[in-house]
Amino acid sequence: MRESTLWFWHIIAGAVIFVFLGLHMFIMHLESILGFLGLGYGGDVTSAQSVFMRSQQGFYMVTYIVLLGAALYHGLYGFRNILFELSLSRTLEKIINWFFALGGLALFIYGTYVTVFIFFNPTAV
Amino acid sequence: MKVEVKHRKNKLGIVGWIGGGRFGAERYAYALHRLTGLGILAYFLLHIFVTGSRIGGRQSWESAMANFKTPLFKFGEFLVFLAFAYHALNGLRLIITELGFMLGKAQRPVFPYVTSVHRQRPLFIGLMIVAAIIIIFGGADFYFI
Repeated sequence: MRESTLWFWHIIAGAVIFVFLGLHMFIMHLESILGFLGLGYGGDVTSAQSVFMRSQQGFYMVTYIVLLGAALYHGLYGFRNILFELSLSRTLEKIINWFFALGGLALFIYGTYVTVFIFFNPTAV
Repeated sequence: MKVEVKHRKNKLGIVGWIGGGRFGAERYAYALHRLTGLGILAYFLLHIFVTGSRIGGRQSWESAMANFKTPLFKFGEFLVFLAFAYHALNGLRLIITELGFMLGKAQRPVFPYVTSVHRQRPLFIGLMIVAAIIIIFGGADFYFI
């Protein structure tokens, strides 16, 4: 794939992350502030009850998968670019490309499987 | 016809992108953007496996979380939050300028020179102020409320 196309998707993924990770961070780390303003859920957001309640809602399932894909692409492509600036050999560049592509795909499949499994099997977890 | 692009040897290596020299605040913002990006990526890869423990049920999730209820981990998590706030807001500036906004029109270089770097600086300062406000609120949430 052309480098300009990869770069274009890097920027698009960044914009997607900005929205969804921003939302995630507000929910997870500004919860007390939101609660103080009467906008939050209240309670510990990392408790099993709170985590599984979110995991079993369609909105969160979709946003987790979109965020997972966008963050893996953005992060691994960014890391690849940093490594490529170190004047590596062509062979090493190819190895990095394949390693990041396959590793990223494996992590995406794993994360998506967990997210979808919990969503469709609320009684199993 | 496929054009073979020759790479220029990077003699400075990692030191080359950490040190900004006399190139101004944006050059250091670039180095910090990469550093925070690598930190967030490391955390994110671990985060995938930690959140993956949900598949083992509520007990599995709670035992995974019990490992992270230490002051050291809490501080580490706050550092990730700092990195996120900076990386997100600086990244927004990079996207805006990449698309050609906030850079002004090209003009004849007449003294005193005003470059596109100067024109986007108010955006940079404004977004860094927003990042600082988010960090203050996040810090209050982490440690005081």
